Amino acid sequence: MTTTPERTRTPQGSAPVSLGLPRRLIEFDLDGDQVRVPEGATLLDACRDAGKDIPTLCYGDTLTPKNACRVCVVEVEGARTLAPACSRKAEPGMKVRTDTDRARHSRKLVLELLASSTDLSTTPHVAGWIREYGAEPDRFGPDAATVAGREAKVDNDLYVRDYAKCIMCYKCVDACGDQWQNTFAIAVAGRGFDNTIAVEHDGPLPDSACVYCGNCIEVCPTGALSFKSEYDMRAEGTWDEDAQTETTTVCAYCGVGCNLTLHVQDNEIVKVSSPHDNPITRGNLCIKGRFGYQHVQTRE
Amino acid sequence: MKDRQGRTDNSRRTGRTPKTYPRITHPLVRDSRDAPFRRATWDEALDRAAAGFRRTREAHGPDSFAMLSCARATNEMNYVAQKFTRVVMGTNNVDSCNRTCHAPSVAGLSAAFGSGGGTSSYGEVEDTDVIVMWGSNARFAHPIFFQHVLKGIRNGARMFAVDPRRTSTAEWSDRWLGLNVGTDIALAHAIGREIIESGLHNKTFIERATSGFEDYVKLVEPWTLSLAEKVTGVPAEAIRELAHVYATAERAQLCWTLGITEHHNGTDNVRALINLSLLTGHVGRYGSGVQPLRGQNNVQGGGDMGAIPNRLPGFQDILDDGHRQKFETAWDTVIQPSYGMTLTQMFEAMEEGTLHAVYCIGENPAQSEADSEQALRRLAALDHLVVQDIFLTKTAELADVVLPATASWAETDGTTTNSERRVQRVRAALTPPGEARDDIDILCDLAARFGHEWKFADSEAVWDELRSLSPDHWGMTYDRLEEHHGLQWPCPDDDKLPSSYLHARLWETDPAKRGRRAPFGLVEHDPPVDLTDENYPLRLTTGRRLDSYNTGVQSGSFASPLRRGEYIELCPEDAVAYGVEVGEEVRVASRRGTVTAPVWVDPGLRPGLAFMTFHFPDEVDTNQLTIEANCPIAGTAEFKASAIRIEKVA
Repeated sequence: MTTTPERTRTPQGSAPVSLGLPRRLIEFDLDGDQVRVPEGATLLDACRDAGKDIPTLCYGDTLTPKNACRVCVVEVEGARTLAPACSRKAEPGMKVRTDTDRARHSRKLVLELLASSTDLSTTPHVAGWIREYGAEPDRFGPDAATVAGREAKVDNDLYVRDYAKCIMCYKCVDACGDQWQNTFAIAVAGRGFDNTIAVEHDGPLPDSACVYCGNCIEVCPTGALSFKSEYDMRAEGTWDEDAQTETTTVCAYCGVGCNLTLHVQDNEIVKVSSPHDNPITRGNLCIKGRFGYQHVQTRE
Repeated sequence: MKDRQGRTDNSRRTGRTPKTYPRITHPLVRDSRDAPFRRATWDEALDRAAAGFRRTREAHGPDSFAMLSCARATNEMNYVAQKFTRVVMGTNNVDSCNRTCHAPSVAGLSAAFGSGGGTSSYGEVEDTDVIVMWGSNARFAHPIFFQHVLKGIRNGARMFAVDPRRTSTAEWSDRWLGLNVGTDIALAHAIGREIIESGLHNKTFIERATSGFEDYVKLVEPWTLSLAEKVTGVPAEAIRELAHVYATAERAQLCWTLGITEHHNGTDNVRALINLSLLTGHVGRYGSGVQPLRGQNNVQGGGDMGAIPNRLPGFQDILDDGHRQKFETAWDTVIQPSYGMTLTQMFEAMEEGTLHAVYCIGENPAQSEADSEQALRRLAALDHLVVQDIFLTKTAELADVVLPATASWAETDGTTTNSERRVQRVRAALTPPGEARDDIDILCDLAARFGHEWKFADSEAVWDELRSLSPDHWGMTYDRLEEHHGLQWPCPDDDKLPSSYLHARLWETDPAKRGRRAPFGLVEHDPPVDLTDENYPLRLTTGRRLDSYNTGVQSGSFASPLRRGEYIELCPEDAVAYGVEVGEEVRVASRRGTVTAPVWVDPGLRPGLAFMTFHFPDEVDTNQLTIEANCPIAGTAEFKASAIRIEKVA
């Protein structure tokens, strides 16, 4: 009835199930080197194995690739168009070039378009990529900032939606929808330049189907979705990631045993995430695990 | 310190904010029962705590002492707490709030399979063909487990929800079987009879691996589909469908939560469900199993560590001479060859005057026990009560000595064990407030006052002592736990990974390897103790909400936009019949107590069925209504079935 190719079925009564069948290795040419990756691996997997830094924004390690941002494109010899490394599967004998002028130019343009229209000030790594690819987002003038001026939506005490920073990568929609949370509180509203991520009727979160699991925050690549604690501290100028520690522990609520990574600054929990490779959570939490930490730091 | 959450007014939705509890930052003592608390040094507080225990033991013997250990704290803390109880105090009276939730699961699983854990892993529910969620609103109570269920559904599994309420779990099911509260055994027996009648039982498995089948056939014989429909309220056709789909599936998972266990016959309920897995062979294979979903981060581990009255650490029976001798040698002590008191028996012994001193770590029985008025009275009558907690709970307010502890999940190192038997590392991320101290350090300082010098360099030293005494934990070094995202018991080898499921032995062809047969549980349907009648016509059941947790001490402090406080929830038909509206305050009365609560209307309820949580006891003490009708085997009270009436307030 169900099929899951990556898992072995064991006959009745046999010993422990080994997860992950030995998979066939595929050999191909990556920037002139012969590399071998397991069948089903993407070009991005191969690049990361080989220690190559390919920029990604809409790619999520727990999500099905959406191919929305095109910042990870590489050149496949013989192909008419550039290929997104995050979704293109490795094939035997293919020749892949990650650093050609054409690929670099394309990434530069993607970064210029995104950085000119949206606020990427809290997007990890993006400043470095802009330098590396020589992107000049300012060359389109201030009118290009179609999204950057939007006001942040602060309508509850747990998290903030700052759509000036949204690059429409759809990761939050997928995490809230059928890939993980299955709550379907958010979707794309509007068309063309007016499109935006919104809850039903574009209303406030407390009037929506949102259950505050924060699994959208976990996958957001730009900080458009953030803990209110982070948003407020950034506004105060006190948010300091260098001064934060990250400690992975186990949630103190129900018996499922979700792993929590506590982000702590000045002995206060300021954010909670979950390891994406944890077999219990795959990076997902519920409202209690994500936001229910305040009781330990009610220190009068 | 400043509260960064910047709490805002939730009154737009609720008009009520729960009581929040500040951390306790220094020891508190009182000079007499009527005197208020005053601040004390650690030395004075520990001296007083120890003096009270010593006095009690000298006057009334070791069994006049009891330990309530903490299902929220680490395995290491639970190990030391039960060692303190058995070695320092010389009694087996140690238990925890597992008694109020899943003790029947442990008792039922142990009786059938010889081991009290769920038999499967979360990942298997993604690969199974049929999922039965029985008395479990996992979508709210175990949301991340439910994500694995959703994966299973997306992979093609059919899901059946068996619950009196049409819960948000039921909304994801292929079929919702809305049975009457407390008719689970009737339904299970009817499913069993239908499977046998249709010849869909697994005859080879039954013959090889089970016992008592002939008696089971006789037992379920009266439970025809039509009788079951009459008793359970579930249409015969739906019962038949569940029976056929479950029996013919290649793999099937049967999961349950407190809807099964919080009854006066909770263990019988568990046995009735396990019978179905024995009948069909849906146990002991990858993807097929029976799985209770545990309610606290370490309620599994607390029992595994021996913080229960009948087992030493690692599931080793106290009555077994060999096991006892091993621990007596290791601990240089004498262990009483008898079971201690369960939490339920402790509360009865308080009433009878045979239990005089209690050391309560991180539990809040004054609000979590059924019939809370009675629980309060009994706790207040103790000669000596020491409470070790992170908050001044209702229970702590009754104490002679209050010891401020660390929050185990965020301020200590150690391990906890989850519902799939996975032991995982807990790590300290925060410095505890004020003078709060680690539970293990406190226990060791108290032990030292009785002449027991226990030196544990760190939590790993405690864990390694446990590993040396519990073969099922031997293979779980801290390093391996880190490397493998935790490990599941039994893990006897330090070079092999454990199986994801239990009881594969039942499928062995060699009878010697197959081991003890799993007996069918010969249990009878027995309706709830608190009968509905013309004076108390409504059936009240209880449960959890998504954003809240137990007595609310922990979950009340964050600004949840979903929180709406306590309500008495009725179906739309009953709201009309009683002429009450949403938000209207009504009196809710049971045979034990009366509370006032506003009305909420939930179309997931049915006529005659009302629902409340116990998340807001400082506003509405729902457990004044519940009945302390206890399961005779496991001691769990019937939180799920009270008879009530509602009255308009003037």
